[in-house]
Amino acid sequence: MVPLSQREVPFALRRRLALGFALVLAGFVLLTGRLWYLQVLQGEEMHELAKSNRIRLHRVPATRGRIVDRYGRVLVDSRPAFSAVFVREDAPDPETTIGNVAHFLDQSQEEVYALLEKSKSLPRFAEVTLKRELAWEEVVALETHQLDVPGVSVAVTPRRSYPLANQLAHLLGYVGEVGPEDIERDKRYRPADLIGKSGLERFLEEDLRGIDGGEQVEVNAVGRQLRVLRSVPEQPGRTVRLTIDLDLQQAAAQALGERDGSVIALDPRNGEVLAFVNYPSFDPNLFARGIKHAEWKDLLDDEHHPLTNRGLQGQYPPGSAFKIPVAAAALEEGIINPFTRIYCPGGYKFGDRYFRCWHRGGHGSMNLHDAIVHSCDVFFYQVAQRLGIETIARYARAFGFGASSGLEFGSENPGTIPDKEWKRRRFGQPWYAGETLSVAIGQGYVSATPLQMANMIAATAVGQRMRPHFVMQVEKTDGEFVRRFEPEVVAQLPLKDSTIALLRESLRDVVHSREGTGRRALLEGVEIAGKTLTSQVVRLKKQGQAATEIPWRHRDHAGFVAYAPVEAPEIAVAVIVEHAEAGGGKTAAPVARDVFAAYFELKQSRLGATYAQSRSTADRPL
Amino acid sequence: MLRVDRRLIAHFEWPLFLFVLLLTAVGVMTVLSATRSADELVSRFVVRQISWAGIGTIGMLLALSFDYHLLQRYGYVLYVGAVLLVALTAVFGVEGGGAQRWIVIGPLTLQPSEFVKIPVVIACAACLHRHVGEEPVPTLALVLPALLLAVPVVLILRQPDLGTAIIVAIIAGSVILVAGLHWRVLVTLVVGAAFAVPYAWSFLKPYQRQRILTFLDPQSDPLGSGYHIIQSKIAIGAGQLTGKGYLQGSQNQLNFLPEQHTDFVFSVFAEEWGFIGCVLLLLVYVGLLTRCFVVALRAKDSFGLLLASGLTAMIFCQALINIGMTTGTLPVVGATLPFFSYGGSSLLVSMVAVGVLMNISMRRFTF
Repeated sequence: MVPLSQREVPFALRRRLALGFALVLAGFVLLTGRLWYLQVLQGEEMHELAKSNRIRLHRVPATRGRIVDRYGRVLVDSRPAFSAVFVREDAPDPETTIGNVAHFLDQSQEEVYALLEKSKSLPRFAEVTLKRELAWEEVVALETHQLDVPGVSVAVTPRRSYPLANQLAHLLGYVGEVGPEDIERDKRYRPADLIGKSGLERFLEEDLRGIDGGEQVEVNAVGRQLRVLRSVPEQPGRTVRLTIDLDLQQAAAQALGERDGSVIALDPRNGEVLAFVNYPSFDPNLFARGIKHAEWKDLLDDEHHPLTNRGLQGQYPPGSAFKIPVAAAALEEGIINPFTRIYCPGGYKFGDRYFRCWHRGGHGSMNLHDAIVHSCDVFFYQVAQRLGIETIARYARAFGFGASSGLEFGSENPGTIPDKEWKRRRFGQPWYAGETLSVAIGQGYVSATPLQMANMIAATAVGQRMRPHFVMQVEKTDGEFVRRFEPEVVAQLPLKDSTIALLRESLRDVVHSREGTGRRALLEGVEIAGKTLTSQVVRLKKQGQAATEIPWRHRDHAGFVAYAPVEAPEIAVAVIVEHAEAGGGKTAAPVARDVFAAYFELKQSRLGATYAQSRSTADRPL
Repeated sequence: MLRVDRRLIAHFEWPLFLFVLLLTAVGVMTVLSATRSADELVSRFVVRQISWAGIGTIGMLLALSFDYHLLQRYGYVLYVGAVLLVALTAVFGVEGGGAQRWIVIGPLTLQPSEFVKIPVVIACAACLHRHVGEEPVPTLALVLPALLLAVPVVLILRQPDLGTAIIVAIIAGSVILVAGLHWRVLVTLVVGAAFAVPYAWSFLKPYQRQRILTFLDPQSDPLGSGYHIIQSKIAIGAGQLTGKGYLQGSQNQLNFLPEQHTDFVFSVFAEEWGFIGCVLLLLVYVGLLTRCFVVALRAKDSFGLLLASGLTAMIFCQALINIGMTTGTLPVVGATLPFFSYGGSSLLVSMVAVGVLMNISMRRFTF
């Protein structure tokens, strides 16, 4: 093979190569000199340092950021707590130390050993947390018996506390110890660190956790700190300000009481969630301090499912509240006009099936307004039959049903809005016209979360769908904000003004007219618009049977969706009471009323306070 | 397989081959010491390192099996492939230790920035060798090699991996320097760089500045590299004149470093073998590099010479930066010790580089 370049290599290149070689030699001479200095001249000293290896790295964990309500009241806090930590390197006889420690901490030796085994991959001088949240007696025991437990010391570590306990637990979530996969994924975590496991604690982990600091310290022979050589201060996590109003939250929780269900209040103008109640709930403090197996099992086995986030994941048939999108569809599609009257004899025969109206005696002749006020089923059976399932589904989706509402976090359940395609995919069957009738009254395959119901009524109130959100802003500890969550319009309702006006008027009369199903929500001084809903859990119910005679599990759900004031909406509320004693009007409407009452009272008193404040500022002499 | 030329066997490059085997063997021994634990003497790292040494030897033999002038013609293909791989790492790479440097292919985790080193040398040598002899190389002819250097360096800097970026820049730069450029160009570049630094500085985000400051002064990061440096110096110093003996290093046994088998493997060796062992090790490196220079000097053409000098620069600067870093002489930038540090990509690339050098040496008589 003939080389491509046969040119003689010029001398200049060889000269430069020789220069390079000189550079290499110089480099190695330099390194040798450095090694001579370290190993021969300083060798003795370094040998001593190595023998005792007294320079340690101490981690100073960052204080986790707080979560506060919209007015800055603390919902989740971090407090100092004592932990027992162990440094293997400092224990001349780890077996004895572990034996003694187990005795002082009231843990079995196996437990302590298991912990140590878990942290085997760590350097010998690394701190291993043996037990968190020591009781005062345990701290005293460890400190006074220092000599019996060489290598063990008491460290101050921040601990997470949830002062509201069960309140807002599903939203706030909880922290727990990091798992091996977290450590694998992110090197900033160490065994026994806390990490957000669910809810906002998890979603906002990066903001909340802060940046760990640390110290290079010199320690004595049993690992006690002698002096700090260098240190980097920890940077506490950021404060997260929610849109929740703690006062309203508590009022809503009280209104629901000890009934399974959910209450959501939000501001329809901007999507800010003001109150978010789920009952039953759990205490995140259990998780923060390490939940015991029995406690965990109790939570899992509880037939009321306290771990379920009903507001975001609960699937309820929207019942008569679904008549709002159906009514809108009927008006928009020209199926009926405001004056169209339909006669309700108490039921509707379709094919070989008889679809009953909830009012057995029949409502008589009704227009749309009356049908909404009385929640007449027959009216909507007939309207729906003419609309068809595809059109109903389209309008339902426009109101936010059948898709997650776009929350910034959490696993929202999108619910179900059935159509022909869905039925074919799900069951491999065609759609039957009779099923459209069940859908018309929010039964059958239709399901939605309480948040979607709140969104739907909020959209009706302002004519557009806002993206609901729980987080107002993320702030540094000095109050300066880092990130803001701005209101966001998801979509306009595709409805004519006249349609929306008629819906609003009808919904107002649900509460304000004498025959309205929601008149128990009536509140003096405020105009409220709403819709009751009662959704069937099982079909077995015998006619005339009182709810209290049916087993709890088979009773209907009761609900109410509403907003106020009618003219300038500020608050929208959705209430769901599971397996209620009575229907939506009797059970859920009063809950919503209490929330409205609390809201407007709070508003009044805050206005008063602001007024007084501005007065006192104005009166101040110059 | 290619027809084996008798002359090739007669001229087999034994010195380089033996130096490399010796270094690799001592390296495996040290990795064994660095990674052994109470439960097992021979860790999985040792097994993997030995397998990689086997793969590396095959790579080395393959690299000398063909006429290196093929590289002159097809080097660009290698270059484009390697740079694309680095670019892909930015998209599909695996994150680790705050940087996105690795790419996972089946059971292997590769560091593509390692594989860009040799192609950069080949590409620079291929486009500069024509101008060798025109003293100095025309300034316009420097534009292409400068670009060949800049593209991978910028990509690697973005990972971010300052150490590898510096090394790639140095090895490509040394090819250009050996080819020869006008002193005025050199001065302009140095002065220009000096002015560009404060300008670039003003564009950096605070955390990026902090990262660079830490590179320059590890003591400003007392919890990270500052701590490692102190411990590494203690380990090396504690070796004293004669060392603590193989497997006897206490600093090492305390797992004071997170990267004791990779970037800080030299401190493990130094603690156990002392000053005498270190000097012997350095002498082996000097021997290897001397032989590399001989190969470069004897290359039968300028492409071979430039290629050999670039590869020599690669081995030298990595060794210098690594040992300089572990002894606290240079900032910690993360560079492996060739043939010594644990790491498949690094070992394979170093061995293939020596394979190419052997290739150049063995073909100096063939025409």
